[in-house]
Amino acid sequence: MKFFALIWSNLRRKKVRTALTVGSFAVALFLYGLLAAIQTAFNQGVEVAGVDRLVVRNKVSLIMPLPVSYRERMLQIPGVKTVTYATWFGGYYQDPKNFFPQFAVEKETWLKMYPEFKVPRGEWEAFLQDREGCVVGRKTAERFGWKIGDRVPLVASIFGGVWEFNIRGIYDGTRSEDDTTQFWFRSDYLEERRTWGKGMVGWYVVQVADPNEAASVAEAIDSRFANSPWETSAESEKAFAAGFVKQVGNIQLLILVIGGVVFFTLLLVTGNAMAMAVRERTAELAVLKTIGFTDASVLWLVLGESMACALQGGVLGLAAAKLFTLRGDPTGGFLPVFYLSPAKMALGLALTLAVGVASGIIPALLAMRLKIVEALRRV
Amino acid sequence: MVRLDDNGDALIRVRDLDKTYRRGGQDVHVLRGLNLSVDEGEFVAFMGPSGSGKTTLLNLLGGLDLPTAGSITVAGDEITHLSGPKLAHWRARHVGFIFQMYNLLPVLTAFQNVELPLLLTRLSKAQRRRHVETALGLVGLKDRTDYYPRQLSGGQEQRVAIARAIVADPTFLLCDEPTGDLDRRSADEVLALLSGLASRYGKTVLMVTHDPRAAERAEVVLHLEKGALVEGTTSGPEGNGPTSKPAET
Ligand SMILES: Nc1ncnc2c1ncn2[C@@H]1O[C@H](COP(=O)(O)OP(=O)(O)OP(=O)(O)O)[C@@H](O)[C@H]1O
Ligand SMILES: [Mg+2]
Repeated sequence: MKFFALIWSNLRRKKVRTALTVGSFAVALFLYGLLAAIQTAFNQGVEVAGVDRLVVRNKVSLIMPLPVSYRERMLQIPGVKTVTYATWFGGYYQDPKNFFPQFAVEKETWLKMYPEFKVPRGEWEAFLQDREGCVVGRKTAERFGWKIGDRVPLVASIFGGVWEFNIRGIYDGTRSEDDTTQFWFRSDYLEERRTWGKGMVGWYVVQVADPNEAASVAEAIDSRFANSPWETSAESEKAFAAGFVKQVGNIQLLILVIGGVVFFTLLLVTGNAMAMAVRERTAELAVLKTIGFTDASVLWLVLGESMACALQGGVLGLAAAKLFTLRGDPTGGFLPVFYLSPAKMALGLALTLAVGVASGIIPALLAMRLKIVEALRRV
Repeated sequence: MVRLDDNGDALIRVRDLDKTYRRGGQDVHVLRGLNLSVDEGEFVAFMGPSGSGKTTLLNLLGGLDLPTAGSITVAGDEITHLSGPKLAHWRARHVGFIFQMYNLLPVLTAFQNVELPLLLTRLSKAQRRRHVETALGLVGLKDRTDYYPRQLSGGQEQRVAIARAIVADPTFLLCDEPTGDLDRRSADEVLALLSGLASRYGKTVLMVTHDPRAAERAEVVLHLEKGALVEGTTSGPEGNGPTSKPAET
C-alpha cells in the first residue's frame, strides 16, 4: 500500500509520543490478556462441563459426605446410565503451599465418566492392579518432576498421617482447557486406611442417557433421597461449576469492570494523542487536499495512523500476555488452567482495533471537514 | 494571448466571477464581475495591493474554493459545478500549486514530497520513481532527493515545491507569491524556472507577486483593482491604491 509510507512517516514525526501511544495499547492489551486468562481459569469448569453429566452432592454443603450405598440406588432411577463417585483428599506434597486437587475415585467407572481424559491402556491396567497406585495429570507430574514408578508421599491434612502412592499413570486432556492438575487414587485404598467416615463418599457424578432429560433425572434423584438423613442436591455439571465460581465472588463482573476501565483510559489517552497529532498538522492536511487528496482519503490517513498504533501495541501486548501464560499458572496451583485462548486473543485484537478507530475518528472527521482555504490562511 | 474579454478558444476562461465573504454580518465583495482568458503556455502575473483578492482569485482558479457567482472553465471543463471528491480529482489532474511558504511536508524527504501527487495516479512504483527523478532533475535538485525540507535552503525548498507541482504534468500552475520569502538570487532561480516551464515546456503559469522584478518575467501583468482585473505592464509601488488605468480593454 503506497500510502503506508505516508502514515509511517507521520508516526515517526514524534517518536516519543508514538512510542507512548503504542505502549499504552501494549500495556492495556497485556492486562486484557491476563484478565482473559484468569476469566478462562475461573470458567474452565463451566466451559469443559459435559452436557450429560450431573453432580450430586450433599444438600447441606459440598463438604458434607453421602453414603456409598447411594450408588446402587441411583442406578435404579430411569435415565441414569453410569454413576461414579469421588472423595476430596486434601493432602499436600512437601509444602502446604503446593496446591493440587487429589481425589479418591471409584476405579471401575471414573475414567468412563470422563472421556476427555486420556490414559494409556497399559498404565491404567497397572493402576487397577496396584492398591496404592495413582494417576496424575501431566501438569502436576511435570510440576513436581514425577515419573511413572515413583513413590510419592502426601501429607493428609484431613485424614491424618503420611500416605505413600505409586505413580502408575499420567493422564492428558484432549482440549487445552482440560484440567491436568488432578491426582487420582483408589477409593478402596482410602476406605481401607481412613479411621473415620467409613462408608461415605464426597460426591457422585451421574451420566444420564439423554442430556435433554438431565433436569428431570436430577429432580428424580433429589426426590429419591428426600427426607433421608443425607438429602442430595443434583445439578448439571455446568450449573455446579458456575455455582462454584460464584462462591469465589463475582469474578466475571470484576474482570469486566477492570477491563472496561482499562479500555476507557486507553481511549482517552490515545484519543488525546491523535487529536494533538492532527491539530499541529492542519496546514499539511490542507496541502494534501490541495494536491488532490479527497476528504475521504485524508480521513483514512488519520484513521490509518491511529489504527497502526493500535495494531502494533495490541499485537505486542497480546503476544506478551500469551508468552506470560505459556509459563503457566503464576499462583502455584489455584488456576489449574491458565491459558489465553485464540478466541480471546481474536477478541482482544478486535477490541484494539475498535479503540483504534474510536480514538482516531474525531480527529479524522475534523481533518476530513477541514476547509483548505481557511487552513492555509491560518499559516 | 491573455485577454480580459471573452475568448472561446482560451485554456482558462473566467466569466463574471463574484466572490463575497460574510464577515460579522457584513458582506465583503472581494471579486466583482471579474473576466479573464488565458491561452495555453502563457505566463501571467497578477499584482495588486494587499487584500485586493489575489489569493482569493487563485483559490477559485485552482478549485480550492467556490465562487459566489460566475463561471470558470478550464480546457472545456466548467469547474464551478464540481464538488467534493470530483473537484479533488480535477485538482489532482489539472493544477499544480506553489505557495509562498513552500508547504512541503516536513516528515517526508524531497523525493517523497515530489512523489505525493503521483500516489493519486495508477503509476507503478518504478514509473513514479522515474517521474520524480525527472522533475527533481528539472529543478536542479537531483542530488538532494533524500534531504528533508529542514536540510534545504529556502530556494531549494521552493524548487522542490515546483517539482512537486509539475511532476504529475498538470494543465496549469498556480503560484501565490512564490518568491515572497526568498532572497534575490534564489528568487531569480525560481523565476527562471517558472518562465522556462512556460516558454520551453509550454506550461501555463499564473503567478501572484508583489515584486515588480518578478512580474517583469511574465509575458503579461494584470492588476487586481476593486475586484476586477486591469491590464498593464507597469504599476506604481504596491499598496498605493488603485491606478488610473481604465477597467476595460
Ligand atoms: N474566509 C474569509 N472570510 C472573510 N474574509 C476573507 C476571507 N478570505 C479572504 N477574505 C478577505 O478577502 C480580501 C482578499 O483577501 P486575499 O487573501 O485574496 O487578498 P490578497 O490580495 O491575496 O492579499 P495579500 O497580498 O496580502 O496576500 C481580504 O480583505 C480578506 O480579508
Ligand atoms: Mg495573498
